[in-house]
Amino acid sequence: MAKIYSKKNQLISNMKPKKEVISFLLNYSKSLHMIKVADNSFEIIAN
Amino acid sequence: MIADIQIPDALLVQDYVAGNEDALATLIKRHESKIYGFIYSKVSDRDVANDIFQDTFIKVIKTLKSNSYNEEGKFLPWVMRISHNLVIDFFRKNKKMPMYRETEEFSVFSIMTDDSLTIENQLIADQVELDIQKLIQELPEDQKEVLIMRMYKDMSFKEISEITGVSINTSLGRMRYALMNLRKVIDKHQIILTN
Repeated sequence: MAKIYSKKNQLISNMKPKKEVISFLLNYSKSLHMIKVADNSFEIIAN
Repeated sequence: MIADIQIPDALLVQDYVAGNEDALATLIKRHESKIYGFIYSKVSDRDVANDIFQDTFIKVIKTLKSNSYNEEGKFLPWVMRISHNLVIDFFRKNKKMPMYRETEEFSVFSIMTDDSLTIENQLIADQVELDIQKLIQELPEDQKEVLIMRMYKDMSFKEISEITGVSINTSLGRMRYALMNLRKVIDKHQIILTN
C-alpha cells in the first residue's frame, strides 16, 4: 500500500491549555510579590 | 465577556500591574488558545505544550510584577516571543535526551530494533564457528597451540611465551603463520565464513 508522506493537518485552532495550568498561574500570580531594592529584585511567594 | 474584549491589552496590563489580578485572568483567557496552539504546533505534545505555556506565563507574571515590562500595546507578540524562546530551549534540552512518543504516523518500533541474531543467523554463526574449529585442528601443532591460547583462552603473548617456553617474537610469528595458513585453506576450498 502506498505510504502517505504528507502530515495530517492537526486541529490547532481551538486548543487550550489544561484548566489546572490556568488555575496554577492565577494562584501563582496572587501569591507572588516582587520587591525591588536598589538593583535587586526579591520574590516572595505567600502560601 | 463582551466588555473584556473591548478593553485593550495595554490597559489590562496596566490594571494587572496596579494590582488587579482579574486582569491577568482576562489576558490569559483572551490569548490562551493562540499561545497554546502556537506552542503545540511546534512541540506536538500536549503535556510539553502545557509545561511551556505555564513557564511562559510564569515569566510574564514575574516581568509584569517587577515592573520591567515596557512594550505597551504589544502584549501578545511579546508573550509569543517568550514562548518561542522557551520552545527553542526545550528542543535544545531535548537534543541531549530525545523523547519518543508513539503517534499514528510514528511507531516507536521503527527506531527500536532487536540486535540479537535471528534463529537462522544463529545457526549460521554456530556452523561458522564449528568450521573454524575444524580448520584450526588441521594446523601444525605449534601454531595451533598459540592460536588457541590467544583466541580462545585470551592469553597475552607474554603469557603464551612463558608457558610454551619460546620467545614472544616466536609466539607472534607462530600466530601470524597460523592465521596465514587458515586463510590459505579457506581460499583454497572457498569456504564461506560469513553470516
